[in-house]
Amino acid sequence: MVRARRWESLAQGMFIVPAAAYLLLFFGYPIVKNIVMSFQQYTPATFYTGAAPFVGVENYSRILSSDLFPKVLLTTVLFTAGSLFVQFVLGLAFALFFQRRFPLAGVLRSLLLLPWLLPLVVSGTTWRWMLDTDSGVVNSTLRHLHLLPSGIPWLTGTSQALVSVILINIWVGIPFNTTILYGGLQDIPTHLYEAAKLDGAGPVKSFRHVTWPLLRPVVSVVVVLGAVYTVKVLDIILVVTGGGPADATETLATQSYELSFQQFEFGRGAAMSNLLIVISLVFALVYLRANRRAKNA
Amino acid sequence: MFSPVRLPARRFAAVFGSVALVLAATGCGGGTGGGSATGKVTSITALDYYTDATEHSQWGTRLTACGKSVGVKVEHTSVPGASLIPKVLQRASSRTLPDLLMLDNPDLQQIAGTGALTPLDQYGIDSSGFAEGILSAGTYKEKVYGLAPTVSTIALFYNKDMLAEAGVAVPRTWDELKAAAAKLTRPGRYGMAVDANATFEGTWQFLPFLWSNGGDEKQLDTPQAAQALQLWVDLVKSGSMSKSVLNWTQADVHDQFVAGKAAMMVNGPWRIPALNQAKNLHWAVAPIPVPRAGQAPVTPLGGEVWTVPQTGSEARQEKAAQVLACLNDSKNMLALAKQYFTVPSRTAVASQYAEQLPSMAAFVRSAEGARARTRELGVKWPKAATGIYTAIQSALTGEQTPEEALKDAQLIATGS
Repeated sequence: MVRARRWESLAQGMFIVPAAAYLLLFFGYPIVKNIVMSFQQYTPATFYTGAAPFVGVENYSRILSSDLFPKVLLTTVLFTAGSLFVQFVLGLAFALFFQRRFPLAGVLRSLLLLPWLLPLVVSGTTWRWMLDTDSGVVNSTLRHLHLLPSGIPWLTGTSQALVSVILINIWVGIPFNTTILYGGLQDIPTHLYEAAKLDGAGPVKSFRHVTWPLLRPVVSVVVVLGAVYTVKVLDIILVVTGGGPADATETLATQSYELSFQQFEFGRGAAMSNLLIVISLVFALVYLRANRRAKNA
Repeated sequence: MFSPVRLPARRFAAVFGSVALVLAATGCGGGTGGGSATGKVTSITALDYYTDATEHSQWGTRLTACGKSVGVKVEHTSVPGASLIPKVLQRASSRTLPDLLMLDNPDLQQIAGTGALTPLDQYGIDSSGFAEGILSAGTYKEKVYGLAPTVSTIALFYNKDMLAEAGVAVPRTWDELKAAAAKLTRPGRYGMAVDANATFEGTWQFLPFLWSNGGDEKQLDTPQAAQALQLWVDLVKSGSMSKSVLNWTQADVHDQFVAGKAAMMVNGPWRIPALNQAKNLHWAVAPIPVPRAGQAPVTPLGGEVWTVPQTGSEARQEKAAQVLACLNDSKNMLALAKQYFTVPSRTAVASQYAEQLPSMAAFVRSAEGARARTRELGVKWPKAATGIYTAIQSALTGEQTPEEALKDAQLIATGS
């Protein structure tokens, strides 16, 4: 009896082994390695010799006390919040729009996925050309429409550059938001809308009392995933502005990349990326909690 | 008796065990691939960043030919420039380095410092006759680790038609440059274009101005450095140079020049094949203007060095070194230089080359005096380079004066 039970639990355990091994190897190991690295003086030589002296929290104290850090943190927050908010609002608007039936809706909806399908380096480079101050198509259009006497320095003005990369990131993020939210909308039973209509609810009221409450679980998924994706965006910024002009678009992710792969300060780069992981984690926890509270209420 | 709590513990122990095994296997298993230390070496591997299709095949042909002359097959792979160093570090840690490795010259000391490369004197490779600049870039702690068949540097390219039409002589000094750039500027066209972006490329383009004025990467907050930066600021402020230089790569600068949107540009000879393809574009090259007439410009040295990594197999290293020597012999040097409009790195070959190709004489002269970026700071160069491009960006955007910007750059360079 005991043996049979033991055998059974062993068998059960064996089913978990592949998944657990996979998780440990490809998620656990890199994270642990990254954490360990952030407490070491990890130089290019370490890769060959393996020698990396422990330096305690020095890497963290150095990145936190650097002059650039407050600015980088603020940029990261603005970039993430700005991208998320607009992506979500526009994504929701598109999703609601495509819920109506009209000719070519399917074609248009799939066209909307285009930004998502393009490699980011390609779309980033294209945006960089389009936003060029003198010869970019955006400024020349604005000039021809007589909206502007001279060009807007989209990528070379210290205050405009951040707005530009946020706009590009919004453009990249809309398909994701639309797709997931559209899926969520499809799951809301139509009879609820009919009932709301019978009760005399207009479009605004039925959105507020039917769509929004039932969409909430999907909304939290979109927002959490969006936050995690956005906070770590590296490629778009590297391609479009390279963190410039004058560090105006430098985020935690680009800083981490520069520390590790340009200055070869792998310990500090790891410390910076750990901060990024913690921030993502906080986002996830906050939204999970909010979601749970909403469900219980 | 049997507690169920212990089962998961055991399970995890087993998992950890297997993870450790896998890691141990990947950590130690590499390095021995293909050809043992005792057997005859029939093939070696080579890694570079010549991913461009024509360049890749041309280098492949050359490596094959050199391999043939010493009796080995060369398996040639290229990775994109930006991922070469991460790739090298990763392969160094798994002991799977290629037998022959190309590095951009400012990275050599960094990689040699890890101990992953072998000094070339142990193979009896002759490094005499090489220009001083490239030799210093290939040297780490008094030993030569890398040799480049050819070198390059940057110069001033100008549109002959535009200069003639505006009645402007080729500028030789900074004042002449400012005046010429202003005169050449028209609606839809700028007089001058440089790459001032927030990467090491921006730093590289600024170096001739910094160095020719007596500035130094060891001490960035000097009046000499500030004057050099002020020149770029003046060019942007006066409208002779687009503010977009903040975001242009060297390739963008080239495109602006070819499109007739810039009358002059700073760029390197590797652009010449593309410039030659542009019809109706009449261009010429001049040395980069210097602060005062009669000075010689000090330009940064470009070029890729070939190295022999530590692979654990003496026989393979020996073969790789022979291929490296072949790449760096006078014949290949001259052929490569002609192919890519670069300059042979042996001075004797370079002067022979200048005689054969007078159009390259300007580059030959400046490449001979070109200075390696790592000459003074060695492995600390990346920090100074970061400081320099940060200062350029802050000054050109008007966030800081050149003096303030360079003060901050010095802090970055000395590693806050």
